[in-house]
Amino acid sequence: MGNKQTTFTDEQLEAFQDCTFFTRKEILRLHGRYRELAPHLVPLDFTNRPDIRVPPTLIVSMPELKENPFRDRIVGTFSEDGLGNMSFNDFVDMFSAFCETSPRELKTVYAFKIYDFNRDSFICKEDLQKTLTKLTKGDLSPEEVSLVCDKSLEEADLDGDHKLSFSDFENMISKAPDFLSNFHIRI
Amino acid sequence: MARNVAFDQNHPLMEAGLESPIDEEGVHDSFSQLIAEQSQNGGASDSDAFELQELQRQLNEEERDNVAFLSGPGRDFQGRRQRDAECEDADTQADPLIGERWSSATLKILSSMPSRTIGRNRGAIISQYYNRTMQLRRRRQSRPAIRDFSHSARPSIRGYGIETDSADAEVSKRDRLVNNLQNLSVSDRIRMLRAMPLNVSEKGELRSLALQKEKRTLSRRIPCCSQLKYYIINGARQGWYSWLSFLHSLHLWQVPLKRVSGRFGSGVLSYFLFLKTLLFFNVFLFLVTGAFMVLPQALHPPESSVGRPYFTGLELLTGAGYFSDTVMYYGYYCNYTLRKSCRDDGGVHDVSLSNGTMPDCVSKHLSYNMPLAYFFTIGVSSFLTCIILVYSMSKSFGQSFRIDKSHSILAIKTFCSWDFKVIKKSSVKLMSENICTQFKELLAEVSHKQVKNTRCQRLWRLMVHGLAWAICVASTTACVLAIFFCSSHMHQNLQFFLRSRVSVTNPLLNEASLLALPVLVSLINLLLPGLFNLAAWMEDYESPSVRTYVSIGRNLMLKVSVLGVLCYHWLGRVAADPMTIDLKCWETFVGQELYRFLLMDFIFTILDTLFGEFLWRLFSEKVLKRRRKPVFDIARNVLELIYGQTLAWLGVLFTPVLPAVQILKLLLLFYIKMSSVMMNCQAPRKPYRVSQMTTVFITLLCFPSFLGASVCVTYTMWSITPSSSCGPFRELKTMFQAGKRWVEELEKDNPNLSVLARAHSYLVENPFFLFVGAGIFLIVIYFHSQVVDGQRKIIGLLQEQIENEGDDKKFLITRLQTIHEQKRTPARRLASQNSNC
Repeated sequence: MGNKQTTFTDEQLEAFQDCTFFTRKEILRLHGRYRELAPHLVPLDFTNRPDIRVPPTLIVSMPELKENPFRDRIVGTFSEDGLGNMSFNDFVDMFSAFCETSPRELKTVYAFKIYDFNRDSFICKEDLQKTLTKLTKGDLSPEEVSLVCDKSLEEADLDGDHKLSFSDFENMISKAPDFLSNFHIRI
Repeated sequence: MARNVAFDQNHPLMEAGLESPIDEEGVHDSFSQLIAEQSQNGGASDSDAFELQELQRQLNEEERDNVAFLSGPGRDFQGRRQRDAECEDADTQADPLIGERWSSATLKILSSMPSRTIGRNRGAIISQYYNRTMQLRRRRQSRPAIRDFSHSARPSIRGYGIETDSADAEVSKRDRLVNNLQNLSVSDRIRMLRAMPLNVSEKGELRSLALQKEKRTLSRRIPCCSQLKYYIINGARQGWYSWLSFLHSLHLWQVPLKRVSGRFGSGVLSYFLFLKTLLFFNVFLFLVTGAFMVLPQALHPPESSVGRPYFTGLELLTGAGYFSDTVMYYGYYCNYTLRKSCRDDGGVHDVSLSNGTMPDCVSKHLSYNMPLAYFFTIGVSSFLTCIILVYSMSKSFGQSFRIDKSHSILAIKTFCSWDFKVIKKSSVKLMSENICTQFKELLAEVSHKQVKNTRCQRLWRLMVHGLAWAICVASTTACVLAIFFCSSHMHQNLQFFLRSRVSVTNPLLNEASLLALPVLVSLINLLLPGLFNLAAWMEDYESPSVRTYVSIGRNLMLKVSVLGVLCYHWLGRVAADPMTIDLKCWETFVGQELYRFLLMDFIFTILDTLFGEFLWRLFSEKVLKRRRKPVFDIARNVLELIYGQTLAWLGVLFTPVLPAVQILKLLLLFYIKMSSVMMNCQAPRKPYRVSQMTTVFITLLCFPSFLGASVCVTYTMWSITPSSSCGPFRELKTMFQAGKRWVEELEKDNPNLSVLARAHSYLVENPFFLFVGAGIFLIVIYFHSQVVDGQRKIIGLLQEQIENEGDDKKFLITRLQTIHEQKRTPARRLASQNSNC
């Protein structure tokens, strides 16, 4: 605390502090983690806001994401180009949304985006099927997967259009008290 | 031939939509009914409806429009075709939205509907947050001062307030959002910024714009005192951030907790987080008692009359001997006001003063009324602990309580069951398997109907349950009676020794015999839960959560009864008549007992970890040849923690240093349990509802544990006579009188405060006040429960409304499409005719 660091200007750190759920120390630590993914690519000095993007293959090699079945979707959701190339801002954004103090509404929005595989702002049956397959790593038979998807859609779809809009999803998540503690990555 | 489908305002159907239907049966609940009704209605609409249906059929046969898919990149075109093909196989007549080919115009409109743009469209997010900040401003805004308005503004404008605060016309929503952000208070602004689901760079831009504007307006109009206030608030906020940063940099157990959560998930993590919470409670308690009780007394030691016995190793276990006459126990504390002596020979001796005499030189400003300090410290720390507990309990309850009984089990399981914290490969694999098993079980439950048990089976199950409960209750009663008789036997033993005046041959053995009762209690606490587990295994519950709750209930029953009989023994037997066992200072004795119990509990927990987990794992691997390691029993371990904490809370009155002992114990326990779990255990196989369980545990910490301890302490302070030769409440009738005496002294010194004295005697000593307070509390709880009931009903109504809105949406979309097709198809026919000519 109080030691001179040259990675960010004070203004940048304050902006990060106000816009994310991290403190100064945590942001500097995150920068360290970001840098160790690609030390030749990421500079030590971020004061002049370099436009560096780390490719997704390096990001998903992080221990926090490596075994996660949704890692590609997570990285894709938080990257600006949608393909997974993350700048430092995207990186901080991602871990801030998954933070412990991040509110339920924010997590719900991002969870919806992650589970929406075809990015049509709806979770349709295909999205559900892909989610289930990734969850169970293919241990459920296709009929069971289809049955589960149908029943889930029946349960959660309120306005009857056979897919989950964001409000359906939000309504269902609000009934799940474990969502907040499960949708949390420690960094 | 072109047909004009006019939206006829006088159409009966339109009128039905505009006002509430007189005929209730006329309300539609499906789209096909609407079409049917339309076709039934007489008049010009008859042929219209027929034409519509014709057009729909034609649409289905026609090839698809040149549709431009307007949603984001990566859209799966093929998926939609497949979906349409699938759905046409099924019965689609009831739901025309599926399988329709939409025209590009309809699609354009559909894709820009608000519900589809959430999260995707930045503009939608900005618009949403503009509305939210506006609401927040309206809530927080006080009426603006007149001088902020131009002279020509009408007085009625004041009521609108917000809309007139910008002189220049702000065009875009973004600018309006920035304006709103600027006008919020700093903490509100930060909270809004953080909660926005936008990219960090965009949030940074919004923030810098808002701050820029703020700087500009600040320099313009704020007078100097408001500017000072602004600087103070800013400085406070910076200070708060640095304090948070410092706290976080302490990194208490961050790495071990991450390892545990990475390997075992949230369930086992919750045990360690609970341990951390208890540690903070004890640190707080120790800081308070240490600062106000232990430290002053340690700095002003009383003159000890008896020589101190030598230190033998046994003291660490029994707490007696060398430790008896130290600041650890109640008996050491003085009952007078500590004053710094006026002799300047370096030392700070106490001048043993009674209330009357005073030496000629006395430094009044350094006096410290020990009995009062003792009394108030215990009271205030209990009160603060109570508030903190109730607050964390209500917060936890708010997160986990769900008004609506959940019907969407499968959907919730799909989206909320993956624990993102788990990062170890084998644990991830295990978690996938667990989730797969749970899905299979749920499917089996949902698809097949519940098999109805025959009468005989139900009777059998009832008998088994009854037997199991009988076993548990009987064993609990047996153990409680054992403790009762053992304690009375020890009591009589001590009396016998005194009466017969047998010379004590081996004082060490005598002291060691004091350990018999704690060892017995700890053994019971260790072995009986195993018996309860056996009984539960015999009962074979279907639902794991019921099994967990029953197990918690039985363990709770055991611990409450054990603590109850012990409290009776201490307060009812020892404290009531201490002279029978020649106890000069019964409070010190009780304090020592509690120290012994706490220590034995710790030793037995370590032994249990060693034998229960480590050796059992070796046994099951080598002898039983099982591949799976034993499961970490979260509920049982948390109940052990709660039991230990209850003992600590009971003992603070008699042993002010007990929180320090508890802190040491928790620290050691953390590392021992952590290494044991890593080496010997695996994550639970059954689904563990973390937030519910955490709420249950913190409720158990508050209600039986803290409430019981505080009731005992209050009873002690209110009714039991303190010992006459030791402690800070020596010559008083009850400990409570210390407060009363102080009020009397105040009144004597300053007659104007007699009001306070009278208020004190009416309010505090009169139990009527307590009854009134409790009654008000119960009424408030009742009102809140009625509010929750009302909210439940509203939720049901809103869900119906959502379904109706969904039907409306379907109707409008299809109508839009058919109208568009109606207009387009004749034009195409015309064009084809023209081309043929």
